[in-house]
Amino acid sequence: MTRIPLSALIGLALTGIYFFTAIFADLIAPYDVAEIVGGVWEPASSQFLLGTDGIGRDLLSRMIYGGQTTILVATAATLLSFVTGSLLGFTAAVMGGGVDQALSRGVDLIMAIPTLIFALIVLSVMPVSLPVLILVMGLLDATRVFRLSRAVAVDIAVMDYVEASRLRGEGRRWVIFHEILPNALSPLVAEMGLRFIFMVLFISTLSFLGLGVQPPLADWGGIVKENKDGIIYGVPAALAPAVAIATLAISVNLVADWILNRTTSLKGGRNG
Amino acid sequence: MADTLLDVRDLKIAATVYPPGEKPRDIEIVHGVSFTLQKGKVLGLIGESGAGKSTIGLSSMAYGRGGVRISGGQVMLNGRDILAGNEAGLRALRGKEVTYVAQSAAAAFNPAKRLMEQVIEATLKHGRASRAEAEARAVKLFRKLGLPEPEKFGERYPHQVSGGQLQRAMTAMALCPEPDLVVFDEPTTALDVTTQIDVLAAIKEAIHDTGVAALYITHDLAVVAQVADHIMVLRNGAMVEYGDTRQIIEAPHEDYTRALVSVRSIDHEEKRPTPAPLLKVENLNARYRGTAFDVLKNVSVELHPGQTLAVVGESGSGKSTLARAITGLLSPSAGRISFAGRTLSAEMEDRSRDDLRELQMIYQMADVAMNPRHTVGKIIGRPLEFYFGLKGAAKRRRVIELLDEIEMGEKFIDRYPAELSGGQKQRVCIARALAAKPKMIICDEVTSALDPLVADGILKLLLDLQRIEGVAYLFITHDLATVRAIADSIAVMYRGQVVRYGSKAEVLAPPFDDYTDLLLSSVPEMKLGWLEHVIAHRKMESAGA
Repeated sequence: MTRIPLSALIGLALTGIYFFTAIFADLIAPYDVAEIVGGVWEPASSQFLLGTDGIGRDLLSRMIYGGQTTILVATAATLLSFVTGSLLGFTAAVMGGGVDQALSRGVDLIMAIPTLIFALIVLSVMPVSLPVLILVMGLLDATRVFRLSRAVAVDIAVMDYVEASRLRGEGRRWVIFHEILPNALSPLVAEMGLRFIFMVLFISTLSFLGLGVQPPLADWGGIVKENKDGIIYGVPAALAPAVAIATLAISVNLVADWILNRTTSLKGGRNG
Repeated sequence: MADTLLDVRDLKIAATVYPPGEKPRDIEIVHGVSFTLQKGKVLGLIGESGAGKSTIGLSSMAYGRGGVRISGGQVMLNGRDILAGNEAGLRALRGKEVTYVAQSAAAAFNPAKRLMEQVIEATLKHGRASRAEAEARAVKLFRKLGLPEPEKFGERYPHQVSGGQLQRAMTAMALCPEPDLVVFDEPTTALDVTTQIDVLAAIKEAIHDTGVAALYITHDLAVVAQVADHIMVLRNGAMVEYGDTRQIIEAPHEDYTRALVSVRSIDHEEKRPTPAPLLKVENLNARYRGTAFDVLKNVSVELHPGQTLAVVGESGSGKSTLARAITGLLSPSAGRISFAGRTLSAEMEDRSRDDLRELQMIYQMADVAMNPRHTVGKIIGRPLEFYFGLKGAAKRRRVIELLDEIEMGEKFIDRYPAELSGGQKQRVCIARALAAKPKMIICDEVTSALDPLVADGILKLLLDLQRIEGVAYLFITHDLATVRAIADSIAVMYRGQVVRYGSKAEVLAPPFDDYTDLLLSSVPEMKLGWLEHVIAHRKMESAGA
């Protein structure tokens, strides 16, 4: 822990700033999210730091509130996908046999359908609200987490210490939570960073297509959609959320890379 | 001297270590070792793991493995300092003047190429012979090393030959360029005793016939005594003792050498069988799922309370499978196992908690038998909590008691397995098994991964614990010296069957069946000329038969 590389420090700082603004959006944003405060597509000024959007709302405020929604949905969906994916993956690895086959082939089946199309179909028949969005995104992504955690756990499940705990008579719950989980945590945490970014991109794509976050709520994908016509007239408003998505993605990746490096170089060590 | 081949002067070797949570730093792992090797002579380097023997051996090719680098001293080969040479000079030297035989031949051969290609590769690369000459030379070496069908042997792929044959093929590879020096790095350690003796004899003869000089690295003094002219004993990267083989074996000067020579001389009085056996295995058959081949055939053995049954055999003989069947990890296809008067269920899942508790197991690789993310306290404490419901201070007190019993003590309670030495890890595994207050412990090759002196300590501890706790051991091993030291009764296994079974005195006394005779006579003995004696004896027997 003594030496954090510069790239990881930058990543940590930027990620921290994004999460901070998301959490304290109400205190930081200068205007309300749906408040019309100026003209159409006003350029940046001291009053509106990023200018205004297509119907005269403050772009900075919308970016801040949009970030809150985007990060909330992405975080919740990532957590959901990790909890379900890794629990099912560990269970499949520990039980093996028919249970493993059923779960693995089921996951293969879902993964055979392109995720975005699957999500669009589900969301077109369901009421689009934040919980539904989180549920759909989280469960679809859980298939990826399942694959990884099953692969990691299969390697661990054949270790002598797992056999020793089974010989002791331990139940499945102990084996999963005390023997496998602590040893599988590092690769899963590294993967979590990457999956979080895919979630940000996923929710942004859905909103851009109109099936994600619905007005009056704002999110980054939605802001791109609302302001994309401005690009034709040389208004850069649509670029702000694009830059936000890109920088968040890069900074989280920098952190994830660092965690991944630490885990591989200290494989088997307790500090990994 | 004119015939000095290798002259190592004040060799220092350093490595960079990366302690978790600290800055990387350099440590010296070999502290100024000097020796000379005459042409055509064999020097044995011996020591436990971490003594620096492989590192010193490889320095004769100016090679440092895994971030290790030579930080001082001189290595003179044929009169010139090879450490001063550049990379191109070293490349010209390696595989031509000095060659190397690795411990694991299976990992050192390329599985996609035929053996001949690989055996003559270095010879061709250095332009020491034309392809036809090199192949002729290789065939000659195959014949000398006693490989089957020497003319055709080179056409095979590595997976088509046995481990012992592969090790000999690697020796042929090393000798083919007609080098001045061969470095043998534990060439027989991974082999079964019955195979080891043949490979050892082949290597010795080949060294003798080609007149090459050799560095022979091993941790087994009895093995090196058969091949070396001189022996250097190393410990912690420094020389302990150097002398000719006879002096080292028969009259060692240093205490450490004396300890190495007298290893496994534990006194153990054999106990008589009791009327009621603790474990009774009757006519057991077992096979792995999806196969039609019986790994265990009609196995019947008994173990009496407080005694030790040693199960001996080479790899593939079914001895570990027997352990798996007894623990219930593999359910037998036929036969009965009774334990403490009860019949044990075939499946582990159907056994009662007391059945599980009273039958504990210790593994060969202590590293992987403990969860790396659990502290010693948790590892030993879990059985206490699980079987006896101990919690908090009571649990901690008992853990400390157990740590004292395995001669480690309270200060280890918060350590992780990675912070323990090999012997300490195995001790913690023993404590974990003891925590369950078992009637019987299955010890699966518990000392084979350890250095001889450390293994000795573990065996003594096990015997002490048996005396105090009255626990019985089913001791699985391929090492007959260990068996002699601790067993009360012995079962010799060969190809899934018990070929000889009885008390220690009965099993180890003639007349022997063929396999037991082969096994017993293959165990290296710590005396000069043992190898020649055994080989000559076997030749005579086969000529007579």
